[in-house]
Amino acid sequence: MTTTSQDVERARQRGQVSQARLFRLVNRVRELGLLVVLLLIILFVGIQAPRFLSIDNFEQILLSIAILVIVAVGETLVILTRNVDLSVGSMVGVTAFVTAYFFKQLPDVNLLLGILLGCALGLVLGMINGLVVSFGRVPAIVATLGTLYAYRGLVFVFAANTTTQVNASDVPSSYLALATTQIFGIPALILIAAVIAIIVGYYLHASPTGRQLYAIGSNPEAASMIGIRRDWLVFATFAASGLLCGLAGVLWGARFATVDATDATGLELQVIAAVVVGGVNIFGGSGTILGAVLGAIVLGTLQNALNILNISQFWLQAIYGAAILVAVILDAFITRWLQRTILTRRKKA
Amino acid sequence: MKRLKSLLISWEALLVILLLISVVIGSVLSPYFLSGFNFNALTSNTMEIAIMALPMTLIIIAGEIDLSVGSVLGLSSVVLGLLWETGHPMWLAIGVALLVGLIAGCLNGILVTKLALPSLVITIGTLALYRGLAFVVLGDQAVSDFPTSFTNLGFGSIPGTEIPWSFLIFAILVAIFGVVLHVSRWGRQIYAMGNNKEAARFSGINVSRVKLTLFMLSGLIAALAGVIFTARLSSARPDNALGFELYVVTVVLLGGVNIFGGRGSLLGVVLAIFIVAILQNVLGLKNISGDIQSLAIGLLLILSVLGPNVARRIQDVIARRRLVAGSSQQT
Amino acid sequence: MKKLFSTLSFGLIVLTIFTLAACGGSGSSSSAGSTPSATSSSSSSLTIAFLPKQINNPYFDTAASGGKEAATALGGQFQQVGPSSANAAAQVPFITTLTEQHTGAIVISGDDPNAVAPALKQAMSQGVKVVSYDADVAPDARNVFINQADSEQIGRSEVALLAKQINSTGQIAILSASSTAANQNTWIGFMKQELTKYPNMTLVKIAYGNDDDQTSFNDTLALLQQYPNLKGIISPTTVGIAAAARALESVKKGGTVALTGLGTPNQLRQYVKDGTIKGFELWNPADLGYLAYYVAALLIQGKIQGNVGDTFTAGKLGSYTIGANHVVLLGPPTVFNSANIDQFNF
Repeated sequence: MTTTSQDVERARQRGQVSQARLFRLVNRVRELGLLVVLLLIILFVGIQAPRFLSIDNFEQILLSIAILVIVAVGETLVILTRNVDLSVGSMVGVTAFVTAYFFKQLPDVNLLLGILLGCALGLVLGMINGLVVSFGRVPAIVATLGTLYAYRGLVFVFAANTTTQVNASDVPSSYLALATTQIFGIPALILIAAVIAIIVGYYLHASPTGRQLYAIGSNPEAASMIGIRRDWLVFATFAASGLLCGLAGVLWGARFATVDATDATGLELQVIAAVVVGGVNIFGGSGTILGAVLGAIVLGTLQNALNILNISQFWLQAIYGAAILVAVILDAFITRWLQRTILTRRKKA
Repeated sequence: MKRLKSLLISWEALLVILLLISVVIGSVLSPYFLSGFNFNALTSNTMEIAIMALPMTLIIIAGEIDLSVGSVLGLSSVVLGLLWETGHPMWLAIGVALLVGLIAGCLNGILVTKLALPSLVITIGTLALYRGLAFVVLGDQAVSDFPTSFTNLGFGSIPGTEIPWSFLIFAILVAIFGVVLHVSRWGRQIYAMGNNKEAARFSGINVSRVKLTLFMLSGLIAALAGVIFTARLSSARPDNALGFELYVVTVVLLGGVNIFGGRGSLLGVVLAIFIVAILQNVLGLKNISGDIQSLAIGLLLILSVLGPNVARRIQDVIARRRLVAGSSQQT
Repeated sequence: MKKLFSTLSFGLIVLTIFTLAACGGSGSSSSAGSTPSATSSSSSSLTIAFLPKQINNPYFDTAASGGKEAATALGGQFQQVGPSSANAAAQVPFITTLTEQHTGAIVISGDDPNAVAPALKQAMSQGVKVVSYDADVAPDARNVFINQADSEQIGRSEVALLAKQINSTGQIAILSASSTAANQNTWIGFMKQELTKYPNMTLVKIAYGNDDDQTSFNDTLALLQQYPNLKGIISPTTVGIAAAARALESVKKGGTVALTGLGTPNQLRQYVKDGTIKGFELWNPADLGYLAYYVAALLIQGKIQGNVGDTFTAGKLGSYTIGANHVVLLGPPTVFNSANIDQFNF
């Protein structure tokens, strides 16, 4: 960490233009590296088990990570600003339960109203996180670790006073259909996740606000000094993360149909793993939405591949953990190699 | 530096007050609170987390974090179980379990220092890896036929008292870690690393070696906690202590340790351990279930940092107004 | 000044949390019956606490409703406490606090039979009666175990139920709870024995969904990918079977891959009606809770000692005898299908 940040610092001092170019290059190669890893997995498993290479299977992989991707997009925004949101699993749990309960109580209500309710609830929870971090000056990791417990406690209290479980037969089939409908032959879940990733990814890449988020993550103090409204932007990223968790919660309820108070427990580690494997720097300032999405796809493909290769259940998690480590280590080597090449080339020039 | 010290002292003073308030509320709310038996229950149920919080304090002060402690606990627990079940003597099983913890911590340390990767990322990876290995070792088995002499270590008390053996271990470790952090040269190096890694390096501290030692220590202690946990529940299962890492981090942060390193004290963490233990115990005595306990702990964590921050802000505003008022009077 | 401010804010925090917890707490621990003092330690009044593996779990809540019914019938106290996630270590503190309160009896579903044993033995040494229900604890750590159904019968009947649906031929898989779940592992053992009677049925895989919706759902899809010719799945856990049903439905394999197991009628009504599940079984959890409460009450009153051969009458359920190993058997499970499911509401 330390040597790299020094190198980056040195590179940064060579001016704004080269800095932007460096980051773009590093990111592009990172994503390329991930693509290579992904192709290697596909090739290897495809040879072992041709079944793996069916369109149907790829659709299943994408479906299994669609909700994760929606949450990971929000998490990426937060991490870019050198913060972290550990409460995502609890926020998804709260919104999934409350939305499903809402549909249970009012089965004839307009579908859109329920979706909006879930999103609004997520937004409020995210805004609370943002308030505590931005204006309460509580470190994000502390604040969201607290809300991880607090929001989970809330859903338990809510469940204790209402119903312990919402079953498939309790909610309107139009709600459940959210997770199974297809648009142009593509499952709606995948489309929703893709659209969100593309919009946020483009916004982050092209808008001034997006670049300000990177600036905050690279150097928070300097960002404030050049007039970026840091508190507001950090607040906004937490709010956005909450909103996306709200949407993810709505979809969670639709996909799994049986919802109880423990749903989505531990999702935060899966999300952070995907984001980190996707090359987003956990200390902010670099990384892209495309990377985070690729990270989720790599992990999803890996899990599917391990299943298809019929590896003992007891080995699955160990291999999964090792794979996360390998991905992170490879990423570090690639980045360092790249920075060294760029620096030496500069020196020659 | 002086201001920093006074701030630290006041934080611990606050925690003491908080602890006293909890004890008073506890004894008012429940007639069973102030009893030796309850002290026994309260301490023995939290000692694993308490023990793991000690090296975690040092690691966080040094500017790093170790999220794999719960998984190391689980791994050492199943290793101990497997060796005992396959007929090895208990001392050997415990020894190997501790060694496994040491190796696991060492791997964390090597990855963090040699590859210069953020410990948050590395230990999320090893969190999954070590837990997975625990499942590889025991699979769907659970070992439970431990001898009473061993289970006493976790569940029994020192004869003639209500003090659990695990509390004695904790007390000894607190003394050791307290001396290491607050008296020894090593402790000063840990603070220096947390405050400014570059400066620490230039002042001749071998940052990598200190960090590696810290992670190995953390692994070893997590394995020790695994031995105690196995003894207390007389059960070695791969899913032992799932999710404990967040509890450990929570008590350390509540103890006033700065998540970004450089600040905090062992006394604060020890106080926080007892505050959380009492809070959970009192809620339990009032027959309040686990769900609300987690709500209370979450709120306590946020408010303990938020409260003083907001108070400071209000103070600043008042002070500024006074200043303005004062200056307007002068003119 | 600064210190005063911070101290005040701290004091406020603690007060708020305790008040909050105390207010919220009244909702989660419920009591029924005539004597209002829950903490009364006199042995004549019935204070019985249920300690399930996990609170807010529909299965255990239904069992609790049966316990409450028995409490009302007997004029005793009922309360339920427990951890929010199924975890053996988390059950222990609840046992110790119940012991301290001199609760008359603890009715427990053991997450790990041995992990809770030391604490339960301690409770028994202090005069607390211990009854296990749903999942047994170590035999020397309880007075009586209320067994919902004979393990062998459950294991064998699950296989028979599935065999009928797939003409006793083809690949089948089991979707269990966690790999360390004692109940499920016993049942699976008997399933394997029963399968030897069906030479054309092969068990290809046991998957572990950890009683988690997402994991069970994904495991089901993985099974379908791995074994394209899979004919049937047995999921002997309520979380698993619901998630598996939804997963089958989502890939439109409902009905083509047979699914059976243990589940509650409310949870699976939808899937029985749309044909994803043809039949599944379960005992009535409310009856289980009712019987457990009754036995605990009789133990406190000294009407039974918990000895093998003791006979007693449990209110509406009729008479029972304590069998070998101090076990009381609730009775045979009910098989639910589209014809009878609407008669049940739990």
